[in-house]
Amino acid sequence: MEISKLSDEYTKATAICELDSEDMTQLGIKDGDNVKVSSVAGSVIVKARNATQGPHKGMAFIPMGPWANSITGTGSDSTGMPPFKGIDVKIEEAKAEKVLSARELIKEVYRGI
Amino acid sequence: MASLIIKNGTVYDPANNVNGEKMDIYIKDGKIVEKAARGAKKIDCNGKIIMPGGVEIHSHIAGGKVNSGRLLRPEDHKKLVMPKTKLTRSGSGFSTPSTFMTGYLYSKLGYTTAMTPAMPPLMARHTHEELNDIPMLDKGSYPLTDGNWFIMRYLKDGDIEKAAAYAAWLLRSTKGFALKITNPGGTEAWGWGKNCKSLDDPVPYFDITPREIIKGLAEVNEMLGLPHSIHLHANNLGRLGNYETTIDTIKVPSGTKNKDRQTLHLTHVQFHSYGGDSWKNFESEAETVAKAVNKTDNAIIDTGNVTLDNTTTMTADGPMEYYLQSLTHFKWMNRDVELETAPGITPFIYSPKMSTAAIQWAIGLELGLLIKDPWKVLMTTDHPNGGPFTRYPRIISWLMSRPARDEMLEKVNAAAGKRSSLASIDREYDFNDIATVTRAGQARSLGLSETKGHLGIGAHGDVAVYDIDPDNMDPSKDFKGIEKAFSAAAYTIKGGEVLVRDGEIVKVTYGNTYWTNPHVDKSLEKEVLSDIEYNFKRYYSVNLANYPVQDKYVKNPIELKIDAQKVGA
Amino acid sequence: MQESLSKRCTVASDVVCPFCGTLCDDIEVDVKDNKITDVRHACRIGTAKFFSVLEEGRPTKPLIRKNGVMVETTVDTAVKKAAEILKKSIRPLLYGWSSTSCEAHAHGIAIAEEVGGVIDGTTSVCHGPSVLAIQDVGCPSCTLAEVKNRADLVIYWGCNPMHAHPRHLSRYTIYPRGYFRERGHQDRELIVIDVRKTDTAKIANKFIKVDYGRDYELLGAIRAAVNGNEINAEVVGGVTKEEIQKLAEKLKNCQFGVIFFGMGLTMTSAKHRNIDNAICLTKDLNRHTKFSIMPMRGHYNVTGFGEVLTWQTGYPYAVDFSTGYPRYNPGETSANDVLQRGEADAALIVASDPVAHFPRKSVEYLAKMPLIYIGPHHTPTSLLADVFIPSTFVGIETGGTAYRMDTVPLYAKKVVDGPKGVLSDEEILERIYKEIVRGK
Repeated sequence: MEISKLSDEYTKATAICELDSEDMTQLGIKDGDNVKVSSVAGSVIVKARNATQGPHKGMAFIPMGPWANSITGTGSDSTGMPPFKGIDVKIEEAKAEKVLSARELIKEVYRGI
Repeated sequence: MASLIIKNGTVYDPANNVNGEKMDIYIKDGKIVEKAARGAKKIDCNGKIIMPGGVEIHSHIAGGKVNSGRLLRPEDHKKLVMPKTKLTRSGSGFSTPSTFMTGYLYSKLGYTTAMTPAMPPLMARHTHEELNDIPMLDKGSYPLTDGNWFIMRYLKDGDIEKAAAYAAWLLRSTKGFALKITNPGGTEAWGWGKNCKSLDDPVPYFDITPREIIKGLAEVNEMLGLPHSIHLHANNLGRLGNYETTIDTIKVPSGTKNKDRQTLHLTHVQFHSYGGDSWKNFESEAETVAKAVNKTDNAIIDTGNVTLDNTTTMTADGPMEYYLQSLTHFKWMNRDVELETAPGITPFIYSPKMSTAAIQWAIGLELGLLIKDPWKVLMTTDHPNGGPFTRYPRIISWLMSRPARDEMLEKVNAAAGKRSSLASIDREYDFNDIATVTRAGQARSLGLSETKGHLGIGAHGDVAVYDIDPDNMDPSKDFKGIEKAFSAAAYTIKGGEVLVRDGEIVKVTYGNTYWTNPHVDKSLEKEVLSDIEYNFKRYYSVNLANYPVQDKYVKNPIELKIDAQKVGA
Repeated sequence: MQESLSKRCTVASDVVCPFCGTLCDDIEVDVKDNKITDVRHACRIGTAKFFSVLEEGRPTKPLIRKNGVMVETTVDTAVKKAAEILKKSIRPLLYGWSSTSCEAHAHGIAIAEEVGGVIDGTTSVCHGPSVLAIQDVGCPSCTLAEVKNRADLVIYWGCNPMHAHPRHLSRYTIYPRGYFRERGHQDRELIVIDVRKTDTAKIANKFIKVDYGRDYELLGAIRAAVNGNEINAEVVGGVTKEEIQKLAEKLKNCQFGVIFFGMGLTMTSAKHRNIDNAICLTKDLNRHTKFSIMPMRGHYNVTGFGEVLTWQTGYPYAVDFSTGYPRYNPGETSANDVLQRGEADAALIVASDPVAHFPRKSVEYLAKMPLIYIGPHHTPTSLLADVFIPSTFVGIETGGTAYRMDTVPLYAKKVVDGPKGVLSDEEILERIYKEIVRGK
């Protein structure tokens, strides 16, 4: 957590999606393959990882960070707290696509504005 | 520090037996002197009354539970806000004002000194951080000792000197001013959800009684020669029939003596003067308590008046706060502090239509009016427990005017008249009495009467001027005028500087923080320190080195060094 | 500091770790020639934090964006530019604060008040819901050694201290020997309630798996059982009625219980109502025994920011000064809401990383406005900054006050000098404030 967020180490640790083994079988992927995670807010490419604290079929865990947030929706239900958890997503295999670094992600998603 | 000449005012200075004399006051470099200083600014106070700057002896204005109280009540803050001005910071809060606002509000009332009476030692740093953000006032705080494991152990073992050495270390480490005791023993019992129900009800596991704690600490206090006496929130606050505990408590430290002041300051006694055995037949026992206070020569009290507001209760009496919320079902915070004490916070609405609240209101006033010597019955609301300190002018008007009280008795629940003796009391305070219960008496109780609470030579140039012409004003009839005048000082002067003019802040300063530093015999200190080290390693959650409040936390300190080296010698 | 065997090596002890809300204060740091060479007692992440001051490529000069490129400048120029941005702005957002000192907070609040801006802390996206719940129902709590000395039942609900607060169990809750719990963990029971079997759950005496988003119902059912009411469903939130009743008995019959909770409750479906229910459960339990509840505050001084803001303004986060006095309305005056309504037109970000931690829409707005960033490293937020002023690490290169998750305040001292020319957050903010009020 105390590594630079612009480092490869951070990307390796945070641009991931922990998936239950049954879900991975269904998707036809294995640990280390890239996946595309899409929500109403957008989509992002992250690396699939075996669940470390499973089983949790139907639930995916992306650590807090810019990859997770690029698919986090708007609003706060008048509480100030955005909808960080419980996001409905579609997960597809994306073995051919690249995981962006934090720098690249920010450039692509935000600097385009 | 400035020089000032206050001319032609009518002076009330009870400590120096000045009772409504027209005279000039001279301040030079912040202190009251005999002659006018050259080139000093003059203010003409003809047709106005002059008193020493107000001295607050017990008001919860800074620290962990006070802040929890602020956090808990955003709805309270909307009721009173202060926008930012060129001179002043903004703020919010009716019963729990934010820090900058607290200083400004006190200063507008003519106050120049305020003590916050309940500082958990582990959180002392927090109390001081907040005190630093309270402008306009000199201040201090009292570390809590009621559930303190060291104190209880030493007193149980009969090691009174070690208890004294520890108390000295505690004052030094917390940069505290006086020893506070809240529901002695009960706050440790609350660690298990229990309480001490009487003076002789032993604390679970520690097996010491509240009586023994009070007696021991009273002795410790005098052994150390501290300026203030022990400051005690007695057991059974708020409980039906608790007046008996109060009468008993007054007698506990009767063995200890001090020639200059009381050896027991019993606080917010309104909450401790209850009779009846159910809330249906709840009644005032203020007469009985007042009799006991009239008789005693070792104890004085402050009243803890109820002002009939929607306010916030906050004390270190965890079990009492729990009990209160079990009656009201209002939101409730509890913040037990390891090895030390047990703060709790819950709102309370003293509705005048409620019989209990009306009687509580009456009790506070009965105490003020039935205790003959004003030096023994200081005026507080235990802010914010009985009500906000901004209501002081109203309480003053009630004390000074029978018609004011009669008007209230008409408005509030009839139980106030029926189950207290208030309706039959004719006595009306005069300005001398008011000056005693809001300044002179408070300074004497605190042991600060050399420089605070009076207008004689050598006093700090802390002066309050009110727009009241004593020759043309009858406080009994014009009680509304009294409340108005005391709500907005014509001048509040601190250290010779005019800070408030006609109720408006004209200058912002930050005052001093008083703390006491007694030193006992060095070898005793060493022995106790090794006990402290042993216990910190095992039972506290912080390292001993990180516990004492560092110097940087007390801006503008006034350290009262006390030589107590005969202790343990 | 003591002199150690080597003449130029000093050992700083009783050091406060500036990483998480556990705020360990027993760290030892070896310093040689002003470089940290060893750190003892800290967890893996705390240790990494101390060593991160030596990070390669650490920024030491302020940067200002000119023609789309960040160019080096002086502190004075950067401060002037920052002040100018804030003064010009109509509704600036001042956000972050959790990883810096209370002394810095005070200056930040003064700036926000002076420019009539909105000041908000990371609480907004972390334990804000807990605050909302506390403001509705209160909170029976205690300091951490109360747990150490008395607790025989400890529950972690929706949090994973093995990952986020690694020394929590060993310093305060399960492993230490307490005054009344002389055998340490043998005298205590650990229960973990979560949607998956976390690493903390793996070492618990009991793990209860709750269905995602169903904590509110489960809490309600436990309360029903504690209060002697019928549970009229066979399974609630994935937990059977029998298990719920068994749990309720356990809770009622312990001597001293405590619930620690985290994002599992604050961020999921019912949000603050989850916490409300958990606090009410704790209150209900106080009728039977002694029970406390405590939020697992993340950053080492998120609690401190809440304390300072509360005592200075009356409110713990999401404070709006635009009317001249403090106003508080989370959902309206909270950072993400102010951003997503397109109201903020400038941002000062201190000691946090909203570009990494805010939802996409909020970051889109941050990317569009002048952004001032103050912090020790380059982060995703500094990538979008128009003014970047590097600062020192509190508790390592600068001393400062921090409040632990149970609101105990400590002084986090300095153990090494920061890089030459790099100021502390406190100093930078003070300068920005002075620049803003200059000439007024």
